[in-house]
Amino acid sequence: MPTDTPQSAVRASHGLRRYLTIYLALWKNSVVREMGFKSNFLLWIVVEMLWFALQLSFMFVIYSHTDRIGTWSKWQVVMLLGASHFIQQIFTAIFLTNCTQLSELIRTGKLDFMLLLPVNTRFMVSFRQVDLGGFVNAASAVAVMIYAGNQLRLSPTWAQVVGFVLLAAVSILVHYSLMFLLASVSFWTVRAQGIVWGYYNLFNIARLPDEAFRGLFKAFFTFALPMLLVANVPVKLLVRKLSSPLEMLVLLGMAVLCLAASELIWRTSVRHYTSASS
Amino acid sequence: MKKYWHVINIGIQNTLVYRVNFLFRATFALIPLAAVLFLWRAIYAGKEGGGQVAGYTLAQMTSYYLLVTIVDALTAVNEDDWQIAADIKDGNISQFLLKPIDYLTYRLCLFGTGRLIYTAIAVVPVTLFILLQRKFFVLPPDWATFGWFLVSTVMTALLQFFMSYTMALLAFWVLEVSTFIFILFAFEYIAGGHLFPLNILPPLLAQALHYTPFPYQMFFPVSIYLGQTTGPALWEGLSIQAFWVMTAYGLARFFWSRGIRKYSAVGG
Repeated sequence: MPTDTPQSAVRASHGLRRYLTIYLALWKNSVVREMGFKSNFLLWIVVEMLWFALQLSFMFVIYSHTDRIGTWSKWQVVMLLGASHFIQQIFTAIFLTNCTQLSELIRTGKLDFMLLLPVNTRFMVSFRQVDLGGFVNAASAVAVMIYAGNQLRLSPTWAQVVGFVLLAAVSILVHYSLMFLLASVSFWTVRAQGIVWGYYNLFNIARLPDEAFRGLFKAFFTFALPMLLVANVPVKLLVRKLSSPLEMLVLLGMAVLCLAASELIWRTSVRHYTSASS
Repeated sequence: MKKYWHVINIGIQNTLVYRVNFLFRATFALIPLAAVLFLWRAIYAGKEGGGQVAGYTLAQMTSYYLLVTIVDALTAVNEDDWQIAADIKDGNISQFLLKPIDYLTYRLCLFGTGRLIYTAIAVVPVTLFILLQRKFFVLPPDWATFGWFLVSTVMTALLQFFMSYTMALLAFWVLEVSTFIFILFAFEYIAGGHLFPLNILPPLLAQALHYTPFPYQMFFPVSIYLGQTTGPALWEGLSIQAFWVMTAYGLARFFWSRGIRKYSAVGG
C-alpha cells in the first residue's frame, strides 16, 4: 500500500535514532570503564605503537636490500602498512572485543539477557563495548600514511580520499563479518575463541603487497578470505595502482557476500542456542 | 628429584588435553610463514643476475625462516608467563610456599613438557610444509654443526623461559603484567630474528645486538645450523649465550626472593 511508505519511513528514522541513542550510551559506558584503568589504557597504546613501528622497520630493512617488491616501491608499501594498520585499529576499536567475547557470553549464559533486551541482538552483541585506544592508534596510522603520501608526492583528489575512506569502511565490514561468523561457531563448541584469535593472525597477510602472491594462496586469500583485497585495494586507489575499477567491485562484492554469510550463520546459530544454565 | 617426575607426568597429561588446539595453532602459524616466503621470493625475482640478498641465496633465506619455525616450536614460551602471573595474582603460589617444591623447577618441568608435546604435534604440519619447500631447505654442513645447533637450542629454550619467568614475577608489584609481557615480546620478535635474519641489518646495528640477550633467543642457533657461525665466533657466541642464561636465572631467583617478601596471599 502506498500510504504505508511515509509511515514506515518515519518508523525507520525513529528506529535509527533509537539505535544511535543506545550506541551513545554504550560509548559513554566504555569511556567510563577505560578511564578506570588510565595507566593500563596508555600502556596498551604504547604496545600497539611498538608493534606498528616493528612492522615498519621490517619493511625498511627489506628495502635497504631491494628497490621494489613486484612494482611496489618503498613508500607505497609504507602507505600499505599505514592503511592496513588504520583498518585493523578501527576494527579493533569498534568490533574486536565484542567478537572475541561472544563465546564468553554463551559459555556463561549471559547471552540470555541480550536476547531479552528489546533491541536487535546482533546489534547489542556487536557494539557492546568500544576500545578507545584503537582510535588513538588509528590516528598514528594516518600520520604515517600522510608522511608516506608526501614522500610519494601524492596529491590525491577529494574523490580519491572519499573513495579510500569508503573502501576502508568496506574492508572493516569484511573483517567484522568474517570474525563474527567465526565467533558464531561458539554456539557449537567452546573452543571458538581460539579460532577467532587465529583469524586475527590473518591481519599479517593483509599488510603485504598483493603482487608478491601467486597461485592457490592468492586465489584463496582473494575469493575465500579476501585478506589480499582489504588493505591493498584502498591503497591502490590512493597511489593510482588499480589495474581496473573492477578490483573495487570485487572487494565490495566480497563484503556483501561475507556479511550475508555471517548473518545466515548467526541466525542459524541463535536458533540452536539453548542457554548454558538450562 | 622423584617428585618432579610426577610434575612432568601431570604436565604431559594436562598438555595432551590441548592436542587439537596445538595442531590448529601449528597449522595456522604456517600461513604467515608462507606469506613471508612469498614476499622474499618476489624480492629475489626482482634481482638481476646471481640473486643474493646480503649474502643469502633464496634457498638459504627460505631455510632461515623454516628453521625459525622449528626452533620456535621447541623453545617459545607459550602460556607459561600468563599462568605464572595469574598464580601470583590469584594467590595460588601459597600452596607452593608450604610444600617442599621449588616453584621455578616446577614451572621449568611444565614448560619442558609443554614444548616437547607441542613439537611432537607440530612435527606433522611443519614436516609437510618443509617437504613442499624441500628444494629450498639446506642441511647443516656436518654433524658437529648440528650438535652445536642442538646445544644452543637448549640454551635458547632456557633463556626464553628464565626471561619470561622473571617478567611474569612483575605480578608481585603490578596488577596487570600483560602489557609488559607484550613489550618484551616485541623486542624479542624483532631483535631476536623472528622477522628477518639479523645479519642483513647494517653491520653496526648487528654488532650492537650481538651483546644483548635477544639474538640468543632465536637467531644464534639458526646461524649455527646455517654454518654462518663457526670457529672462534661459535665459542664466543656460546659463551655469551651461557652468560645470558645464567644472568636470567640469577635474576629469576633474585626477583622471586624479593617478591615473596612483598607477597600477601590475596585470596589464598
